Amino acid sequence: MPEEKTDRKKIGAVLVVGGGVAGIQASLDLADSGFKVYLIDQGPSIGGVMAQLDKTFPTNDCSMCILSPKLVATGRHPNVTILTNAEITGLNGKAGNFEVKLRRKSRYIIEDKCNGCGICAQKCPIEVVDMYNEGLGKRSAIYVEYPQAVPLKYMIDREKCIGCGTCQEICKANAIQYDQEGSEATLEVGSIILAPGFEPFDATLKSEYGYGRFPNVVTSIEFERILSASGPYGGLVLRPSDGEIPKKIAFVQCVGSRDFQIGNNYCSAACCMYGMKEAVIAKEHTPSKLDATIFYMDMRAYGKEFDAYYERAQGEWGVRFVRSRVAGVTEDPKTGNLFVHYVEDETPRTEEFDMVVLSIGMQPPKNVEKLAERLGIRLNKYKFCETETFSPMETSKPGVFVCGAFAAPKDIPESVAQASGAAAKAMGIIASERGTQVTSKEYPPEKDVSKEEPRIGVFVCHCGINIGGVVNVPEVVKYAKTLPNVVYAEANLYTCSQDTQKLIREKIIDNKLNRVIVASCTPRTHEPLFKETVQEAGLNPYLFEMTNIRDQCSWVHMHEHEKATEKAKDLVRSIAAKAKLLKPLEKPIINVTPVGLIIGGGVSGMTAALELAGQGFEVHLVEREEELGGHLRKIQYLLEKKDDPKKKLDSLVKSVMENDRIHVYTGAEVVDVYGFVGNFKSKIRQQNGKEKEIEHGIVIVATGAVEYKPTEYLYGKDTRIITQHELEEKIAKGTFKAKNVVMIQCVGARNEERPNCARICCGQAIKNALKIKEASPETEVYILYKDMRAYGFKEDYYREAAMKGVIFINYEDERKPQVADENGKLKVTFWEPVIKEEVEVEPDVVVLSAATVPNPDNKHVAEMLKVPLTKDGFFLEAHMKLRPVDFATDGIFLCGMAHSPKYIEESIAQACAAAARATTILSKKSLEMEGIVANVSEDLCSGCRICEYLCPYGAVEMKDKDGKTLAHVIEALCKGCGACGTACPTKAITMGHFTTEEILAQVKATLLEAKA
Amino acid sequence: MVEFEPKIIGFLCNWCSYAGADLAGVSRIQYPSNIRVVRVMCSGRIDPIIPLEVFMHGADGVIVLGCHPGDCHYSEGNLYEERKIKMLKKLLALTGFEPDRLRLEWVSASEGQRFAEVVTEFTEQIKKLGPSPLSGKKPDDRILENLQAATNAASDFRLRVLVGGERELTEKCNVYEEKIPQEEFDSLLEEVVKAEYVRHKIHLLTRAQPLSVRALAGAVEMKPADVLDQIVAMRRRNMIALDHVEGTTPFYKALEVK
Repeated sequence: MPEEKTDRKKIGAVLVVGGGVAGIQASLDLADSGFKVYLIDQGPSIGGVMAQLDKTFPTNDCSMCILSPKLVATGRHPNVTILTNAEITGLNGKAGNFEVKLRRKSRYIIEDKCNGCGICAQKCPIEVVDMYNEGLGKRSAIYVEYPQAVPLKYMIDREKCIGCGTCQEICKANAIQYDQEGSEATLEVGSIILAPGFEPFDATLKSEYGYGRFPNVVTSIEFERILSASGPYGGLVLRPSDGEIPKKIAFVQCVGSRDFQIGNNYCSAACCMYGMKEAVIAKEHTPSKLDATIFYMDMRAYGKEFDAYYERAQGEWGVRFVRSRVAGVTEDPKTGNLFVHYVEDETPRTEEFDMVVLSIGMQPPKNVEKLAERLGIRLNKYKFCETETFSPMETSKPGVFVCGAFAAPKDIPESVAQASGAAAKAMGIIASERGTQVTSKEYPPEKDVSKEEPRIGVFVCHCGINIGGVVNVPEVVKYAKTLPNVVYAEANLYTCSQDTQKLIREKIIDNKLNRVIVASCTPRTHEPLFKETVQEAGLNPYLFEMTNIRDQCSWVHMHEHEKATEKAKDLVRSIAAKAKLLKPLEKPIINVTPVGLIIGGGVSGMTAALELAGQGFEVHLVEREEELGGHLRKIQYLLEKKDDPKKKLDSLVKSVMENDRIHVYTGAEVVDVYGFVGNFKSKIRQQNGKEKEIEHGIVIVATGAVEYKPTEYLYGKDTRIITQHELEEKIAKGTFKAKNVVMIQCVGARNEERPNCARICCGQAIKNALKIKEASPETEVYILYKDMRAYGFKEDYYREAAMKGVIFINYEDERKPQVADENGKLKVTFWEPVIKEEVEVEPDVVVLSAATVPNPDNKHVAEMLKVPLTKDGFFLEAHMKLRPVDFATDGIFLCGMAHSPKYIEESIAQACAAAARATTILSKKSLEMEGIVANVSEDLCSGCRICEYLCPYGAVEMKDKDGKTLAHVIEALCKGCGACGTACPTKAITMGHFTTEEILAQVKATLLEAKA
Repeated sequence: MVEFEPKIIGFLCNWCSYAGADLAGVSRIQYPSNIRVVRVMCSGRIDPIIPLEVFMHGADGVIVLGCHPGDCHYSEGNLYEERKIKMLKKLLALTGFEPDRLRLEWVSASEGQRFAEVVTEFTEQIKKLGPSPLSGKKPDDRILENLQAATNAASDFRLRVLVGGERELTEKCNVYEEKIPQEEFDSLLEEVVKAEYVRHKIHLLTRAQPLSVRALAGAVEMKPADVLDQIVAMRRRNMIALDHVEGTTPFYKALEVK
C-alpha cells in the first residue's frame, strides 16, 4: 500500500476495536512486534463469543482451555492497554496519525483496587439474568461476565443494583465507588483495526420456528452454554421446560442465513460445522441414547479436515442428516415436545422431537451504522464491512483495517488468520515508529545466591476473607516459621496489591531471602507478577514458588475450617521443600537475523514478501517455476467481478521485482535448511545450478497447490471434457462456444482417496456458469453437485446463477452422473431427485470441477523443515483453531494453499498473517526464551533418539560428539513439557524447575506429616 | 475410631486440569480436602518412577490429571502419559499393591464440576480400599520391597525404551518402516513388564543374601524352572552372579547395577 504523505508525525500505536478472539490476536501480534496497543471493548471484559463456546470443531478442543492463556497474555502484556466499557465517539486525523475519542461507562469499581476476589458477588442480594449464559442462569448485580474474565475486575450493573451497600461493606480492598462517573478519553494512534465481531441472529424474527414461545426451542449459542461443563446445567443436556434429558433433538440449519425474505441472503459460513459439533457433543454429554437430526439445505463442510468430521458425524457418531429446509415448528403444550414440519422427497412430513436447536446465523454488530459513520468507512449491502478481494483487511478508509466476522461471517481460525493479517497491515503503515511507544522493563543485576544456604521467605495471603475466612492464616504463618530453611513468614491482606509488592522487595533485602514463596491464589494468573517482584529485588525469577490455598483449598473446603487449615499447612510445607531445591535458571537469549525466507512465489508468497519488506526486513523469495504468480496465473476473472486478477497479478509481480529488500530467485529451489528460530542457514539452488547460502531468522512456507488431473468421466480421452481452469482459459480467450454445458462437481475430492472438500470449486463453477450465461443467455448450463458450498457472500452469486437459469441438480455418491460417448455424441446421465427419474442430456462440453490437491513438493519441504503434513498432504499447522499460520516449530510459518485450498482473499489474509507472526520474531534483536528447558547429561545419553521423536517442537537434535551420537537440546525451541525426560531410557534428561528430585521432595514433604 | 483420611497426591497439568481445579474453586464446588496438588507443566512429565516413589512414601492414592486428548498444550504429552500409566498399572498389579490406587483422568479447564467429581469419587474409592499397606508406622515390608523392585524395573533401560518408543512403533513406524500392531506390542510389553519386575525382585532378594533357585521360587511364587530362566537372563545382563554352591545347590548373589 502506498504510504500517505502527511506532514504530521506518525504514531507507533494501534487501536483495536473489539476484544473477541480476533481483536485479541491482532493485539498480541502488534504488541509483540513493538507497537503500543489500545484494545477497547464495549463490554466489561474481553473474550467475545469464543468465551461462551463449549467445544470447537473440528478437533473438539475445549474452547476455554485454548482461549484462556491468550486472555491472560493479553491482560498482562506490558504493551497492551485494555479499555473496557468503551465506545468510539469520534475520529480525526489521517492514516498514521489518528485522534480517537472514546466514552467509557462507569464500572462503579476502582479498577486498580479490585483484585477480583469475588466476595462482593457472593454477598450481593440481587439476582439478574445472566447473559453470558444466554439468559439460562442468574448472576448478581455486581459481577464479572465469567470466571476466567480478563480484566478480572467486578462491575456493578447500575440498572439492577438496589444500592444496599453490602458490597462496599464487605470489600476489604475498598474498591467500590458508587458515585464513580463515566469518562471520556482521547487516544493518539497510527492505525485502527476493527474487530467488533457479529451479533447472533434474533431467532424471534423467524416466528414459524417458535423461538421465544416454546421453551424447548433454543438457539445454538444457548445450546453451547447448555453443553458447557461450566454452563447452567453443568454440561448435562436438559430441556428448559422440565429439566428432563432429551432423547431426540433436531438441529435446524440456516436460521437467519440464506434467507432472502428476511434480507439475509448470505451464508453464515460456520453454522453447518458448529451444528454438527453441537450434535456430536450433545450425544457425548448425554448418558442415555440421544438421537440427533440435522435439517440442512447444503452441508457446507468446506474447511480443512471438515469433511472428515462430517463423515465421522454420520458414521462413528451416528448423527442423522436430512436435506430439507424446515417449514415450521409447533408444540404439544402438554408435553412440551415439538413437531418439526418439513418436506422430503416432495412429501410434507412431521416428526416429533424433545428439543429443537436453531443454528442461528451471524449478523453485523449492533449499532454498526453509527460506528461506520463515526469512522467514515463503507458497509456492504448487508451492513458488514466492505472489502475487496485483493485487499481483504482494508476498509474504505486508509489506515483503518478490519478482521473477523465483521468483514464477513467466518469461523475462528479464519478470524484469527485475518486478525494477524490486519495486524500486519496496521503496523505496515507505521513501521518507522516501531518501538517508540512501548516500554521495556529494566531489572537490577541478579544476585548470585548459588553458594548461600537457602533462606526462604513465605508470604501467606488472606485474600480479604476469601482465604482468611476459612483457613487460619496466622496459624499457617506460625507453622511456616517452623519449617526447615524458612527464615521469614508473614500474612498479607492481599499479597497481590501494589504496596505488598514493595513490602516483599524490602523483606527480601532486609532478611537476605534467596527463595520466596507466596501462598495465595492460582499461579496461572499471579505467578508472573510475583516473579517480577522478586526479580526487582535482584533474585532470579525461578527462585520463586507459589502454592494455591484459595482456589484449591479455602474455596473448595469452605465448611471444613480445620481440614482446610491442615491442608494449607501441608501445601506450604511441601512447596517449601521444593523451594529449598530451586536453582536459578537462565533464560536463553538468542540473536535474530532480521531476514525472511519465503518458499513459493504465488500470490501468498509474494504478498508475504511485500509485507515483510514493508516492515523493513530483507526477504529471499524462492520460486520453483520460471516466473512468479503460481496458481493466480490461471485465474482469468473473479466471481466478485470488480477486480481484474490479471492486472492485479502484474502489479503484484512488479512491486515484488522493484522492491530493493526482496531478492527473487525463480527456477530455483531451497535444498537445505539448518538451524532454528532466529538463526537459520539455508541453501538455495539457483537457476544456473549454483548454490547460494543465506542466513535468515524465519521461514514462510507458501508452496501452494495444484489442480487435480482427473482420471474419471473420460477426461483425457475426449477433448470435449475439460476442467474448470481449461474452461476459464477458453472463455477468457473468447474461444468458448456451446449450447449445452454440464458441470460435475467434486471430481477428485470428497472421495475415499481424498475425503476432504476442495473448497473453491463451487465458487469456480458458479463463476464460469455466470460468464457463459452472460455471453449467451440461451446456453443451457447444468451443475451437478453434492452440496453447493457457496459460503459467506458467495451465496449471492449462487442465487444469481439460479435466477439466470443455471440448473443445479444434486447427486449422491450412490448415484454419480455417467458420462459416455455414444457414436460421437456426448451423453450425461444423472438422477433427477425432484422428478425422481434418470435424465439424459447431450452437452457439447462437460466441465469437471477438479479438486485442488497438495503440491507434490510438500513432502520434500516438510522433511527438510521437519514440519508435519496432514493425511491429505497439505501442511499441518500448530493448532487448527488458534494458530492457523504457525507451525509447532518456532520461526516457521505457512500460508495460502500450502495450508489447504482457498480463495484469493483468504490466501492474502493468511499471507499477511504469516508476515505478522514472522514480524513478532524479526522485529526483535534477540529473543528471550523460557528458562524451563530440558538438559541432557552427555555422560548418560545413549543416543537412542526416543527424545528426538517425542519432541513436538523439533527441539532435540542428534549431534556427533567424540564418536558418539548424543541428544542435544536446542534451548530456543524447548517448551519445557518434560515428555523427553520421562521417556528417556537412561534418565539422562532433567527438566529445569520440575526436576524429579524437586517433584519428589515436594510430595515426600506432604506425606511426611501423614506418616509421623 | 477416627475415620480414615487418605493422603492423596494429585499431579495436575498446568494448562487444563490445574485450571479446571481453579474453576472448581471459583465456582465454590466443595470436595474432600484429602488431595494435595502438585502442579506440573504437562501430565506427560510424570515419570513412571514418580508415582511408585510416592506410594513407597505412604500415599494412599495418586491421581494424574491431564488435558483431554487433542487439548494438550504440548500436543500429545497426555497421550504419552496414558501409555506410561497403562504400563505402571500392569507393574503395580504384580506387586500386590492395589493398582486402583493410581488413576489417570482427563479434566479440561472448563470442567470445574468434573474436577470436583473426579476427586470426590477417587477419594471415596481410596477410602473404601482403606489405608495403603505402606502408610502408617508399620508399612508392609513385603509390599514395600515389591514396590522397590517395581521402581527399579521402571528405572531400567529396557522397560523405558519400550514405553518411550511405544507410540512411534505402534502408530508411526519402526526403522524398517513397519508398524507394529498394538496387540503385538501389548503382549510384548506385558511380557517385559513381568520379566523385569521379577528380575528386579530377584535382584533385591539376592542383594541381602545369596539365595538358591528353589528359595527364590518360593519367594517370588514362580516355578523353579522359570526362576532359572530369569537368572540366566540376569547373568547375561550382569545383574547377578553365582556366589557359591552348597552340596548340589548353587546360590546366587546380586551384582550392583550401574
